[in-house]
This record gives sequence, structure tokens and C-alpha cells, in this order.
Amino acid sequence: MPEPKPKKTLDLNRREMPKQPPEVRRHNFDEVALGYTVETAIEEARRCIKCPAPKCVDNCPVEIDIPGFVKFVAEGDFAQGIKILKQKNCLPAVCGRVCPQEEQCEETCSLGKKHGQIAIGRLERFLADWEATQGEPEIPEMAPTTGRKVAVIGGGPAGLTVAGDLIKLGHKVTIFEALHKMGGVLIYGIPEFRLPKAIVGREVEYLRSLGVEIVTDFVVGKTRTVDSLLEEFDAVFVGSGAGLPWFMEIPGENLNGVYSANEYLTRMNLMAGFLFPQFQTPIKRHKCVAVLGGGNVAMDCARTALRLGAESRIIYRRSRQELPARLEEVENAEEEGVIFEFLTLPIRYIGDENGWVKEIECLKMTLGEPDASGRRKPIPIEGSETIYPVDAVVCAIGNSPNPLIAATTPGLELGKKGNIVADEQTGKTSRDRIWAGGDVVTGAATVILAMGAGRKAARSIHEYLCSL
Amino acid sequence: MFKVLEQRMIVPNIHLLRLEAPAVAREAKPGQFAIVRATEDGERIPLSIADWNPEDGTVTIVFMNVGSSTRKLAALKSGSSIPTVVGPLGNPTEIGLYGTVLCVGGCYGIGSIYPVARALKAAGNRVISVIESRSSYLFYWEDRLESVSDRLIHITRDGTKGYRGHVGRLPEIIKSIEEPIHRVIINGCTFLLMRGSDVTRPQSIPTVVSLNPIMIDGTGMCGVCRVTVGSVTRFACVHGPDFDGHQVDWAELLQRRKMYITEEVVPLRTSRCEEHAIRS
Ligand SMILES: Cc1cc2nc3c(=O)[nH]c(=O)nc-3n(C[C@H](O)[C@H](O)[C@H](O)COP(=O)(O)OP(=O)(O)OC[C@H]3O[C@@H](n4cnc5c(N)ncnc54)[C@H](O)[C@@H]3O)c2cc1C
Ligand SMILES: Cc1cc2nc3c(=O)[nH]c(=O)nc-3n(C[C@H](O)[C@H](O)[C@H](O)COP(=O)(O)OP(=O)(O)OC[C@H]3O[C@@H](n4cnc5c(N)ncnc54)[C@H](O)[C@@H]3O)c2cc1C
Ligand code: SF4
Ligand code: SF4
Ligand code: FES
Repeated sequence: MPEPKPKKTLDLNRREMPKQPPEVRRHNFDEVALGYTVETAIEEARRCIKCPAPKCVDNCPVEIDIPGFVKFVAEGDFAQGIKILKQKNCLPAVCGRVCPQEEQCEETCSLGKKHGQIAIGRLERFLADWEATQGEPEIPEMAPTTGRKVAVIGGGPAGLTVAGDLIKLGHKVTIFEALHKMGGVLIYGIPEFRLPKAIVGREVEYLRSLGVEIVTDFVVGKTRTVDSLLEEFDAVFVGSGAGLPWFMEIPGENLNGVYSANEYLTRMNLMAGFLFPQFQTPIKRHKCVAVLGGGNVAMDCARTALRLGAESRIIYRRSRQELPARLEEVENAEEEGVIFEFLTLPIRYIGDENGWVKEIECLKMTLGEPDASGRRKPIPIEGSETIYPVDAVVCAIGNSPNPLIAATTPGLELGKKGNIVADEQTGKTSRDRIWAGGDVVTGAATVILAMGAGRKAARSIHEYLCSL
Repeated sequence: MFKVLEQRMIVPNIHLLRLEAPAVAREAKPGQFAIVRATEDGERIPLSIADWNPEDGTVTIVFMNVGSSTRKLAALKSGSSIPTVVGPLGNPTEIGLYGTVLCVGGCYGIGSIYPVARALKAAGNRVISVIESRSSYLFYWEDRLESVSDRLIHITRDGTKGYRGHVGRLPEIIKSIEEPIHRVIINGCTFLLMRGSDVTRPQSIPTVVSLNPIMIDGTGMCGVCRVTVGSVTRFACVHGPDFDGHQVDWAELLQRRKMYITEEVVPLRTSRCEEHAIRS
């Protein structure tokens, strides 16, 4: 732990957060980043110049009063700090860890050009973690009950936000979640070493303590339709995420050992496969894993495979510059020893005599003109076939919304990719009394955007309920 | 938590499990399944819904004790609870007026074909049920099947009841029926489904099979249940579990089902002592 520097020689630079050393952490599932100490948190917070028109706030999708909470950290009044934070964000311990701060709040921080942006995410995490050590969280002020009932579909960040906001406004809220655990991607997707599951569990318990009713093992569209819920509830919010995995659609994809990222991560996280056989979801101990894709999901899969003792390789068709994953996670993966094959496109899986994948054939690519996404389009180089030996492949090339709810809810307008169409400002869908937000509307995006969408929808639902 | 109302072995190695799961019971249709977890740290396994009662909110499952999770279910006592019963999942079996339908069931499929036969009968079909097992003492629910079938035909490996052999004798059975068969529906282990489809193919009788690949979520999220049907990849949990038996890539399905064979053996060995402890 770095010693707090004496005050006289005030250090203006951004404080680093200690991490487990790469050679240690690649063998365990414990959290990589260790968090600020009280001293470093205060030092970091003191750097904030409290801009009168703070640009950081403009770029936070849930509009946290950043200079406000940072000021209290600087003063060492953490209880006040967390209070301000929680006015706008019901999942600070999560956002402080997984928000892409470099493209959000911190991107626009005025200190960026000089000594480095204020580490807003780290301070947020610090406060949330501090609160967790202070016993039961304080129950916020609750509005008197209104007698109105809202059904929230999906226990991911979007659903949790809607539930948290509406319960405080006095409405009765029930969350219906398909899986046996709440949290959505926070539980079944993002691995333990980036987001400890206990943190998500704590946030869910907090909502429960506020009176949110939680029904797990309930698949809306199957166990009950949205229309049937509308008979009992005044409003429905759909926050069912983007859970349908894409595959490459190349030969050999159904060989054993070819996983979707969802399957691989679910076995590891939700079913605690890394504790097998104590938890009885079987997971193979692979020796040589290839992960296809370049986003956060791909990084998580590759780093998980590494921790299970495999040689782990990312295969990505563009170059390092175009990687959509957070830079911090790319660097973490590189430090830990994940091998990157850039400009490489898988074209075929090759199986052994028992139907297990043993090799993956790829083409090398070169970058051409920028495409619709503004990134340079990869073009295959003829005759550049390369074969990599593997005993597992994880396909992490994307997800789209699960059609289950759309298919069982007549009149719900859908976009091209099967996403539910909802108004950006209110979350209203084409159907009366149905709101939607998060990945099910935008396609796979981020935790904070899902929460932002949940916040707006909650506001609109509240207006509607008050008009009744 | 879901209450276990009844759990007992009905014939050697095959168990009946009756659960209190009102939400599932309210919506269940023939051919659908539920995903069940026996313990908080246990895996999620798919099991067909063999019967249900929307009035008292109960769901009945028939399962074969084959591995670590079904072993845990087999150790459940009435009055205990299990953490997960989610469903009804998958598409219901298509029930139409076809004419004469052969409902074929083996092992757990004798149970799960029952509601299918019942619905087909109610829809006005002539229903002939064919059940298969190693020996006559392994049949169960014969009275139930009889009550919804125009005829009940047995096949036993050892010849102790009905035809001797296995589902391969289906062509003779069809011949002996002396009336056109308009549809065959098969529930049970993968071999039964595959062999059954093989024998109806030459006669071009539409054949529906209820596939049972490995599953995790049962909602289309993980893709582990993918099967190739008519050279297209389908997710059995959301596009099935019923498929055209003449279009299924059986070799692939059998291979995918074996995926975790070595891993499954580990808990089987390690969980024994623990379970003895629970029992005593
Ligand atoms: C591996 C991985 C790593 C990621 N890393 C980051 C990161 O570092 N930073 C970041 O900001 N974002 C990250 N993301 C993206 C982020 O997690 C998602 O954008 C976010 O979780 C979306 O929230 P949501 O509430 O819309 O949906 P989800 O989190 O997907 O939650 C939807 C919930 O609805 C449930 N559900 C679905 N259908 C039904 C139904 N019919 N009935 C009942 N319940 C249903 C699902 O089971 C699920 O629990 C990552 C995603 C993955 C997969
Ligand atoms: C849609 C669907 C419906 C199903 N309905 C039923 C049902 O109603 N009753 C029922 O008993 N099972 C049913 N199954 C199969 C059931 O899910 C598996 O038997 C179960 O997952 C086995 O879990 P386990 O942990 O006990 O065994 P595992 O430890 O997973 O397997 C142990 C060993 O048994 C083998 N095995 C597993 N299942 C079977 C099987 N069905 N037949 C032959 N060998 C097998 C495995 O290959 C493995 O070698 C269904 C499957 C699906 C997909
Ligand atoms: S929620 Fe995310 S974007 Fe908003 S301040 Fe916190 S870290 Fe920044
Ligand atoms: S922009 Fe940066 S320096 Fe200004 S208030 Fe926000 S965090 Fe503080
Ligand atoms: S079981 Fe996961 S997609 Fe079918």
C-alpha cells in the first residue's frame, strides 16, 4: 500500500489503485483491483477543482452530483458522500468497477489535460465499499404507499434501477427474473475477478430491504405473458437484456468444445463452475482456448480461461486499435499473458474423431477503408490460412435481444435486430402501459446506459401512475 | 422454494416427483418441460412435465436416475423443498386432428408421452400407444395410458410382455395395425428417438421426437442445447424440444450429449459419502 504523502508536497497527479500482481492474479479468481485506501481516496478527491459547471456530470448517464460527493470524500465525511452518490445511483459499487469511465464522466473531466482526470469511478467504488463495512445500509426516505403496482421483467441493472426508483416513490414493485439468481449480466456474465458476486448480492438485498418483491425462476412469456401481468399490474417495465448469443456460422460450430460466451461464463459465474466439483456444474479444464471477438466479453472469457490453467488466445479480425473492450481490461489481459492474434478471421473449426474441436482455421486480414461504424474494414488476405491448435473455442462476437417476450406480446414494435423500440427519453414502447430499457432496447451496451434508461423509464412510469 | 409433495421410485431406477409449482402448473401444456435444481449448489437440469393440475398447483415429473443431479432428486423426501422449478419451457407438442397417431414412449418417456396421448385423444384422434422397456416389470402408468389410448402395445427386450426386442420392431407393429398411421410421436432416450425415426423414414410417416440435449438456462441464452435439424442450427429449448425426427442430425446430438461424461463421473464418485450422511 502506498504511504500517504505528507501534505506539504501536494502531488497533483492521479492516484493509481493497487492491483494484484499479474503473475499472482492469473491463478486466482479474486478481484484484480484492490481499491483505494482511505488516505489515497482523500488525496485523490482533493485534486478535484469543483468546477462551477462540471463537465463530468454531463457525461454521467445517471447525472450523479460528482463534485458534490467528491467534496465529502476530500473532507473525510464518507457517510455524506455515499448519501449524495446514492441519490442518483443505486449500484455505486458496481458502476465504480465496471463503468467505462474513460468514455463517460472521466472523459470530460477538466483536469484531463493536466494531471489526469479525477478517478471518479474509483472514488465511487471506495465510498460504496466503505459503506459495506458500516453494517446495514441506511433506509432512505420512502414516499407513502400509492397502492399502484409495477411489474419489472429482468433482474439486470435496468430492472434493478427501475425497481429502486419506483419503490422509493411509494409504488409496489415486483421483479420477475428468469434465472435462479438476480443481477442479470452482473451475475452470470462479468466474472468474479472484475465484479465480486457478493457485491451484486448486497445491492439486491438492499432493494429487498426497501420492500421490492423478487420472484426468481420465472420466465415472462412462458410462465406468464406480459398481457397476463398487465391484468394484475398497472405498468410493466421490460428490462430483459440482450441474451441471445451469436455464433460465427462457419463449419464445425456444433463440435464439442465450442461455446458461446454466455454458456462459458454462465457455467463459471452463475453456476460457480470454478468451484467444481463442490458446485456441480461441470466445466472442462481446457489446455488451449481460443476466444473469438474483441469486446469486454471476449476479455472476460480469455481471462477466465487463463485462470483455469489454459493457454488463452484472443482472435480478433481487426487490429488492437479497434478493440471495443475497455483499454484497462485489454491491458490487464495482456499483463496476465493472454495472447492476441489481431487481423485474424476464423473460417472453420476442425474436429477430432470424437467430435471435439481440435483446431481452428483462420485467415489473416488487412485493414481497408473505414466502414459504416467508422472503423477500417478488415479484408481477408488470400492464401493466408493459418491453423491454431485448440481444445475449446469461446464465441464472444455478440448477442441480440431474446425474442421470447416480443414473440408473446402482440403489438410491441420491434427494431431490425429484434430489439424492442422504446422512446429514448421515456422508455415508452408502442404498447400502452409497457415500458422498456437497457440492452433489450439498445442491443448489448453498458451497465450505466441500462441504468440510465431505467431511471428515465421510472420517471415516466411514475408520472403515469400519478395521473391515474 | 418449491415443495416436494411426493418422491418415490415407481419402478427400478425410475422415479416420480410431484411438486408444488402453481405458476408452472397453470400454464403447462403437453410436451413442455421444466428446469429443476435439486439443491442450492446443484446444476440446472431439464425434465419433461408428465402431468399437472392447475387447480391444486402441482406438477408431476418422471425421471430416470442417471447421474449426479437426478441422484439428488431421487434422494428427496416428501415435505422437503427444492430451490428451482422453472417453466413451462419449450414449445408444446403440436396437437391437431391427424387421424391415427402412434405415441411411442420409453423409460421416462412413458410418463411424458401420457399427456401428449391424452391431448391427442381429446382432439379426436385415434391414439395407439406403444411403450418400450427392458422387461415387463419396468412399465408404469399403463392404466393411465390405457385410459387415453385406443390400444396399448408393449415391447420388451426380454419378451416378458408384448413384442420381444426394441423399437426396431415398430414397422411390424405398424403393419399389424392394418390402418394408415398419420403421425408418430416419440419421447424417451436419444436412441429410442433415433431408431424410431429411422424405421418410420422409409414409410414417410411424419415423426415428431422430443429431443433431450444438455441444457442450462432453457430460454435461449446459452446455446448449449443447439442441434442440427435439416442442416440448420436450432436451440432445442426455444425452437423445440419437438423436431422432425427425419431431419435431426443424430450423430451430432449423441456426441454433444456426451460432452461432460468424464466430469459427470467425478461428482458421482465424490458425492456418494455425502449422500449417505444425508440419508442416515
Ligand atoms: C461478459 C460481459 C462483460 C461486460 N462488461 C461490462 C463492463 O465492463 N462495463 C459495462 O458497463 N458493461 C459491461 N457489459 C454489458 C452490461 O453488462 C450490459 O449492458 C448490462 O448488464 C445490460 O443490463 P440490462 O439490465 O439491460 O440487461 P441484463 O443485465 O442482460 O439483464 C436482463 C435480465 O433479464 C432476465 N430475463 C431475460 N428474459 C427474461 C424473461 N423472459 N423473463 C424474466 N426475466 C428475463 C435475464 O435473465 C437477465 O437477468 C458486459 C457484458 C457481458 C456479457
Ligand atoms: C427437454 C428435455 C426433457 C427431458 N425430460 C426428462 C424427463 O422427463 N425425465 C428424465 O429422466 N430425463 C429427462 N431429460 C434428460 C435429463 O435432463 C437428464 O437425464 C439429466 O440432465 C441428467 O442429469 P444428471 O446430472 O443426473 O446426469 P448426468 O450426470 O448429467 O449424466 C450422467 C450420465 O448419464 C447419461 N445420461 C444423462 N441423461 C440421460 C438420459 N436421458 N438417458 C440416458 N443417459 C443419460 C449422461 O450421458 C452421463 O453419462 C430431459 C432432457 C431434456 C433436454
Ligand atoms: S455512474 Fe459511471 S459514469 Fe456516472 S459517475 Fe459513476 S462511474 Fe461515472
Ligand atoms: S470535471 Fe473533474 S475537476 Fe471538475 S468537478 Fe468534475 S471531477 Fe471535479
Ligand atoms: S439451454 Fe441455453 S439456449 Fe437452450
